[in-house]
Amino acid sequence: MKRWLAGAMVFIVLTLVGLFADPYFISLMTIVLLFAFLGQSWNLMLGIGGQLSIGHALFVGLGAYSVGVLYVKFGISPWIGLSLGMIIAGSVGAILAWLSFRFEVRGIYFALLTIAAAEFARIMFGGWEFVGAMQGLFFPAPTGAIEFSMLRGGAGFYYFVALALAALGIIGTELISRSYLGYVWRAMRDDEPAARALGVRTFRHKILVISVSAAAAAAGGGILGLVQGAIFPDSIMGMGLSVDVLIGPVVGGLGTTFGPLIGSLAAIPLNHLMSAIGDSLRIPGLNNITYGIVLILVVWLLPDGIWPAIARLCKAIQAPSRVWLPHLRKAEE
Amino acid sequence: MLSLWLNVLASGILLGLVYGLVALGLTIIFGVMRVVNFAHGEMVVFGVYIGYWAVRLWNVPIIVAAAIAAVVMFFFGYLLEALIVKRFVNRPHHYQFIVFIGLSLLFSGVLLVAFGPDPRPTASQLSFRTVSLGFVTLDLARLQAAITAGVLIALLGAYLRFSSFGRALRAAADNRLGGLVVGLNIPRVYAVTFGIGAACAGVAGALISPLFDAQPYLAVDFTLLAFVTVIVGGLGSFSGALLGGLVIGVAEAIAALMFAPSMKTALPYALLIIILIFRPRGFFGAKEI
Amino acid sequence: MTALLEVKNLSRSFGGLVAVKDVNFTLEAGRITALIGPNGAGKTTCFNLVAGSLNPTSGQVFFEGRQIDGTPPEIVCRMGIARTFQIVRPMRDMSVLENAMVGAFSWTKSVREAKSKAYESLESVGLAGKANARTDQLTLPDRKMLETAKALSTRPRLLLLDEVMAGLRPTEAAGVVRVLQTLAEGGLTILLVEHVMRIVMEVASNVVVLHHGAKIAEGSPAEVVADQKVLDSYLGAGFHA
Repeated sequence: MKRWLAGAMVFIVLTLVGLFADPYFISLMTIVLLFAFLGQSWNLMLGIGGQLSIGHALFVGLGAYSVGVLYVKFGISPWIGLSLGMIIAGSVGAILAWLSFRFEVRGIYFALLTIAAAEFARIMFGGWEFVGAMQGLFFPAPTGAIEFSMLRGGAGFYYFVALALAALGIIGTELISRSYLGYVWRAMRDDEPAARALGVRTFRHKILVISVSAAAAAAGGGILGLVQGAIFPDSIMGMGLSVDVLIGPVVGGLGTTFGPLIGSLAAIPLNHLMSAIGDSLRIPGLNNITYGIVLILVVWLLPDGIWPAIARLCKAIQAPSRVWLPHLRKAEE
Repeated sequence: MLSLWLNVLASGILLGLVYGLVALGLTIIFGVMRVVNFAHGEMVVFGVYIGYWAVRLWNVPIIVAAAIAAVVMFFFGYLLEALIVKRFVNRPHHYQFIVFIGLSLLFSGVLLVAFGPDPRPTASQLSFRTVSLGFVTLDLARLQAAITAGVLIALLGAYLRFSSFGRALRAAADNRLGGLVVGLNIPRVYAVTFGIGAACAGVAGALISPLFDAQPYLAVDFTLLAFVTVIVGGLGSFSGALLGGLVIGVAEAIAALMFAPSMKTALPYALLIIILIFRPRGFFGAKEI
Repeated sequence: MTALLEVKNLSRSFGGLVAVKDVNFTLEAGRITALIGPNGAGKTTCFNLVAGSLNPTSGQVFFEGRQIDGTPPEIVCRMGIARTFQIVRPMRDMSVLENAMVGAFSWTKSVREAKSKAYESLESVGLAGKANARTDQLTLPDRKMLETAKALSTRPRLLLLDEVMAGLRPTEAAGVVRVLQTLAEGGLTILLVEHVMRIVMEVASNVVVLHHGAKIAEGSPAEVVADQKVLDSYLGAGFHA
């Protein structure tokens, strides 16, 4: 219960940020929240389902293009675009999963399949004139008026959209974790043969977790496209985006509910800061170096991420006895 | 028409040998250590820059630049393994992947800081000279790169087969525990393996420096290309890497002739997807990962 | 007596090596049967063939009259056959209770139902008091019993146990024997794979002996220990009791 109280407080603070902070900070936080959600989708797949994707940009891009094409070319509401994007990405994810697990292709091979599919799609979209090819697809400039039915509005509006999405991601992950899917998926993640022996139909559950994760990533991608105002294949479907998606959960804590948010809060502002310093000193690549070092150090020193470390620290401060006497944990629940 | 096709085929085979060398580096590391080097493309690009600077500063022939790249990158790989990679060898695959993504970001960042984002054309006189062999006309830089790569692949193959250390490497690749039991110094085997893998990438980079402009952003493409090559042949297989290189080289050359340039870059991925779907472990792949 | 499981002419070879050849036996409902044999006798292969982890080269396995050989393990489990693994690998970062819950999701989607079934399974193996412990806090015998509890949560009619008593001290093994006897009294049919003969004698009502992949003897524990072929296989030819 305390966890949820803390979570609610974080969201109250984030709401106040949206109401009172300055525009630059709001736009930065919008990206942080969107990547927290995208990270959440990736985290569901690896942290809970045990399937590694290094081509998540594929699903993000499919979502962004579904929203973009329908809105820019046909004037259709992004709500429809988001739904369509989720269906397309979910199906593509399911097909990829089905194709590879059918032959027991797993682990590294599945990860490489995801990246190959993402790169293939990036190049295809880059050569597809109808969707703007390499020149990209531009949303009309926002008028500033909030139009909820068309998901259009200013920076403040998108901040709250991103906040809602991040909250939805956390609640969704928690609900899944506590449902039978959470148990079955974690069992499958830890030991597939053992899970199968306990009656878990891992083939269909792997397809399911990948499909759900892909659909969620597409929803995040659709909003990301709207927020950025333009969609370019190289940035929305590139390797770089796939890496950005996984940094949050890795830094925050794989498989934890709050990890992706905490990790994004830590990593994305750091990245922006380093980019800004790099730009002013005319040293491009400084942000890459920082990200690289952060990833290596986190896996080396804090393989569970920073969120479990913070959680342990909080518990230790609150009630030292609980840490030292594990048998008391039972009474706590 | 026939001679056009022959030319395309020949240039594809030549470049394919160099791809084979890149892939060999990746596959040796994987075969022995069961680690996928996601920063392999950066190592190729290091080699390209070594080639670029060696030619510019000292005006040495490309072969000498390749030798310098081999030595430098061997020690680079050796130290990288001994200082960083070895801490992660026994971690789960996804952690290794994340560490290598980190290394790849770090290296590409260093390249950007050191050389800036702009491409540096390395075109030497060599790039424009050609040799005519009856039906086919080959450009000299490509021919030289291919011959050198081919000779190196052969030497490396012989080394792995006949030298005692090579046999130790293959023993370790077969069975880590078995290697330990017969008293191999596993940490050293791993470091040397990584050094050899990095040297393969570096030499290949130096060899193609007359053909590609030196540019940090090339790295991702090379990494992915090496993956594709290796998977086509089968992760961890020596002859598979060579075959994969040739297949990709020729496929790329044919695609360049038949499709728009943007589609040409998509071809290796399409090939990879098809291979993973129909023959998931490649042509000579390891049985269990 | 009705046969719950029937193994007919079961064979499996790996390359040129025949691991199991032409094995026949039946399991009667509500009884404990032991499958024993020296190292490399084909016990685990035989076990995996029944559990669906391996497909037989030839022969059939019938469970409640239905042919099940070649069926994937998750479906075999859903039909009512649960198994444990020789190497105990509990799921990390899940509590003992949560580990025991997974099996219940083969017949229910309700977390509440799974939880109560998991408590029941833990109770029956004597682990209910440690339900909220982390699995890395468990001792080896407790872990083995957790494996059994995980399998029990699937509500099996047949329980396959792969060397649950290997590596246990005699007093610990005695505890396991009591648990198994109680389960069998409750109507559960059990097939035990064991290397150690002595333990098996106390608990099994029927013993099947494998040697070099073939069945060399079957009968009550007393009959089996008196069988010269069995003694030869365990102790080398020429040994006389």
